[in-house]
Amino acid sequence: MKSFKQHTGLVAPIDRANVDTDMIIPKQFLKSIKRSGFGPNLFDELRYLDEGFPDQDNSQRPLNMDFSLNQPRFKGASILLARENFGCGSSREHAPWALDDYGFRVVIASSFADIFYNNCFKNGLLPIVLSKDIVDSLFLAVDANEGYELLIDLEQQRIDLPDGTSLSFEIDAFYKQCLLEGLDEIGLTLQDKESISAFEQQWRKDSPWLFDVL
Amino acid sequence: MAGKTLYDKLWDSHLVKQRDDGSALLYIDRHLLHEVTSPQAFEGLRLAGREPWRIDANLATADHNVPTTINERAGGIAAISDNVARIQVQTLDDNCEAFGITEYKMNDAGQGIVHVIGPEQGATLPGMTVVCGDSHTATHGALGALAHGIGTSEVEHVLASQCLVAKKMKNMLVRVDGQLGLGVTAKDVVLAVIARLGTAGGTGYAIEFGGDVFRNMSMEGRMTVCNMAIEAGARVGMVGVDDITLDYVKGRKFAPKGELWERAVANWQTLHSDDNAVFDAVIEFRGEDIQPQVSWGTSPEMVLPVSGVVPDPEQMDDPVKREGTARALSYMGLQAGQALTDIKVDRVFIGSCTNSRIEDLRAAAEVAKGRKVAANVKQVLIVPGSQAVKAQAEAEQLDQIFIDAGMEWREPGCSMCLAMNADKLGAGEHCASTSNRNFEGRQGNGGRTHLVGPAMAAAAAVAGHFVDVRELMSNETA
Repeated sequence: MKSFKQHTGLVAPIDRANVDTDMIIPKQFLKSIKRSGFGPNLFDELRYLDEGFPDQDNSQRPLNMDFSLNQPRFKGASILLARENFGCGSSREHAPWALDDYGFRVVIASSFADIFYNNCFKNGLLPIVLSKDIVDSLFLAVDANEGYELLIDLEQQRIDLPDGTSLSFEIDAFYKQCLLEGLDEIGLTLQDKESISAFEQQWRKDSPWLFDVL
Repeated sequence: MAGKTLYDKLWDSHLVKQRDDGSALLYIDRHLLHEVTSPQAFEGLRLAGREPWRIDANLATADHNVPTTINERAGGIAAISDNVARIQVQTLDDNCEAFGITEYKMNDAGQGIVHVIGPEQGATLPGMTVVCGDSHTATHGALGALAHGIGTSEVEHVLASQCLVAKKMKNMLVRVDGQLGLGVTAKDVVLAVIARLGTAGGTGYAIEFGGDVFRNMSMEGRMTVCNMAIEAGARVGMVGVDDITLDYVKGRKFAPKGELWERAVANWQTLHSDDNAVFDAVIEFRGEDIQPQVSWGTSPEMVLPVSGVVPDPEQMDDPVKREGTARALSYMGLQAGQALTDIKVDRVFIGSCTNSRIEDLRAAAEVAKGRKVAANVKQVLIVPGSQAVKAQAEAEQLDQIFIDAGMEWREPGCSMCLAMNADKLGAGEHCASTSNRNFEGRQGNGGRTHLVGPAMAAAAAVAGHFVDVRELMSNETA
């Protein structure tokens, strides 16, 4: 898995609450059997004025210039600033794949939906939870300052702002370690394969009806 | 000492290892797979040279993408006209064959929506941990199982290790006591719960549904309720085991038989929260207060009793809420103050993992019987949740009732719930839908979804607009 240690990047806002994963990547693009290539269809229904479909030349489609990511000042953004309950709805991991493929490395929001939050860490994408007040102030700062960049330091759990001040953020020790080291989580789990086998053997004795029926 | 909740018991019994960093390895009994969220996981296994840990823990079916017209289905996979969808359905078949995983293929007798066939086949059972790359996996919690959705990386993880890296959730009890009024269904209960909790109110929690109303509810109803826990932000929804659960499970294809059944039942009878269990949050309702619901906005929390009017964003203090409501009204083409019963319906969808079981179809048929679809309604899709539900409905001649009313009787699949196949809304069209999400574009680009129960959807189909289904029912008894 891709590791994440430190990142400096331009911040782009998506100023609405409850952004669901259908909005992040609409269903017609989930027919792909690949993990990559979702970036051009990130936020498809907000980003383009027409209806998108798979395997299309997206460069020819009419853009919705009201949508933040289409504005020149947010070109090349790699930090997404969002509001509460970001990533709610469907469990599709295509959502973090699309964010990653577009070029985002960090999403900052006042809260995240559980499944999306979890999926981010599997893809080297760092979701950061900050208080509603701080998120509000970041929206104002991004709006007021073109080229607004942040430095995110995962090891230190610190965000450096352009005005020289810093913010700290919380993150689970396990998630942090996985991202810092870019750990292969399956490999890590399989280091415990003897514990898993021992558990399974006992479980089979206790609950035999759960085994060998399919 | 405080007792344990149902969630605590299921967590403890499946705990392989608690790690120092707060994460844990949880053993997974049943892993359900479908065509949309599994191909990248199988590919990952292959690239890493890994084998599935325990083949017999997995069950697959094709549901999200499959066409629902009899003509397109009859030709098998080769006849799926959407190339990309055809490859995906074929890839599931290929992967299951390569790894030896049991699969109900598109036209098999056991096929259906993954969350309908699990309980129906006895492939998901009380006391199990159940995961699937689909957020509506909470459905199986109705059996007294610990069930939730996972991402594709976790699908690969479970395939490879039979475990999930998990963190324990908090416990929430949603208690509904008293009785539901005539014409009020499981869907109305869960929509009313989501309206109160909000779409993120359950984030970080496992929700247990308790109280008289759930104790008296059928298994189909409990599945409808648990299914939508995720729309309140909770990955897990569950109901404790009782006689209704055991009666439902008994005799199902993969359920234990004979002496094993007796042993299993003895175990399952402990699967309820202890009387002195402590919940981190408790939300209480009275069944009598719940009315048939209709969603008006673009989030499942934007829902009101059918007698309500569209809310006015100008009256809201919270700026984020005000803006969200204004945006929702603009997307939905609605005016503040408009009566919900004045909203005209262009299409109706009765189906999805929320409401496509036999009881749902019976409720819709009861309303449709002897009536006709209103002239302004372009299409009414009735999509049974599984081949078994379809066969049962046909045995009861419910299909004929729907067809006589001018509705379309389709083949099993997810269909217009997420509109990955050809079943979708046109831009600006209003749909009375028994599905679970009313997000922008969910049922088709620009489509406008209103979430309702099956009887309310059928009532909207024959009236041409939303209507309190109880009015149609009282006409019958008058």
